[in-house]
Amino acid sequence: MAQFKLPANSTISEGKTFRAEGAKRIKRFRLYRWDPESGQNPRLDTYEIDLDKCGPMVLDALIKIKNEVDSTVTFRRSCREGICGSCAMNIDGTNTLACLKPIDDVSGDVKVYPLPHMPVVKDLVPDLSVPYAQYASIEPWLKSETVPPPDKERTQSVEERAKIDGLWECILCFCCSTSCPSYWWNGDRYLGPAVLLQAYRWLADSRDEHKGERLDNLEDPFRLYRCHTIMNCTKTCPKGLNPAKAIGEIKKMIVARA
Amino acid sequence: MTAPNGMRTMLGRVRGLGSAKSGFAHWWAQRMTALALVPLVLWFVISIISLVGADHAAVSAWAGQPVCGALLIALVIAVFHHAQLGLSVVIEDYVHEEAPKIVALVLVRGLAGLLGLIGVVSVLKLMVGS
Repeated sequence: MAQFKLPANSTISEGKTFRAEGAKRIKRFRLYRWDPESGQNPRLDTYEIDLDKCGPMVLDALIKIKNEVDSTVTFRRSCREGICGSCAMNIDGTNTLACLKPIDDVSGDVKVYPLPHMPVVKDLVPDLSVPYAQYASIEPWLKSETVPPPDKERTQSVEERAKIDGLWECILCFCCSTSCPSYWWNGDRYLGPAVLLQAYRWLADSRDEHKGERLDNLEDPFRLYRCHTIMNCTKTCPKGLNPAKAIGEIKKMIVARA
Repeated sequence: MTAPNGMRTMLGRVRGLGSAKSGFAHWWAQRMTALALVPLVLWFVISIISLVGADHAAVSAWAGQPVCGALLIALVIAVFHHAQLGLSVVIEDYVHEEAPKIVALVLVRGLAGLLGLIGVVSVLKLMVGS
């Protein structure tokens, strides 16, 4: 059966508290901590942050914690401007990018967990190797037998180009896939919203000549049709994209060729 | 990762046995039966309300008319087909052990087929006259 309760070795206990002495504006950050080498269950550590000495985003606070309070806190980050997708995590109950999430948007304590239902490597770092392999499996590159003229690129009208707007902006942070219950229960076979949006990005590209083959590979009770239009993907996307619509468009393409 | 996958590569795991190249028919049938059920259920509810207080003979005569009987049969088929399609998806979503999954799927589909058949035969009996 799908697992609805945390296994015994995943239940979370209360961890340490790090106080901010003498601070006027204090915000408490509650971070999920798990070290595979300790043999212990995960815990929630509490860090008090002086907002007068911290940048506006959740990532600023995490970096401050790592630099000034507890260097053992582990998380991914790179661009700090919402384009690399590294700092995707569950903040205040919603998957988002720590660098785009203002601390002020969270009322009360800021709870930070890794992306849900993925194996945890350490602390806030999830193991995303399955979604990465799923992304590779849809062959996310232009496939065309027609050789473009040697002195020109492949041409596309303005209208044709517009069809991939709202798709190319995806940064593959996997906030959407890891927010999807269908992906939680059947992530080994269901491709998930992020990968399906990428699949549609190539289906919608007028220059691609392998649409039929791509649809063949997607038409499967699990790969595509595990999407039950729950819409968590669209609700959570930190880039404001609409993976649910992209999946709907793939289903429409399959209707069109049936 | 987990033991059943041994030392297979991630891409090998994810590709698995390949695409079933089906699933459209199931998805389409679920939508079409849902669409059919909207007018059928409306008609059924209105008819039942209009039959409030009628005796057994009147209800039997109503169901025995060709149009009413045919609509009733269409309703029964759409209901059980739609229920079976939906319940199968729920089982596939949540039951992951192969044996219980197959047993549950066979039971649900078998029961839906049988109950649907009983419904159709019952309406036919009313139409032909007992």
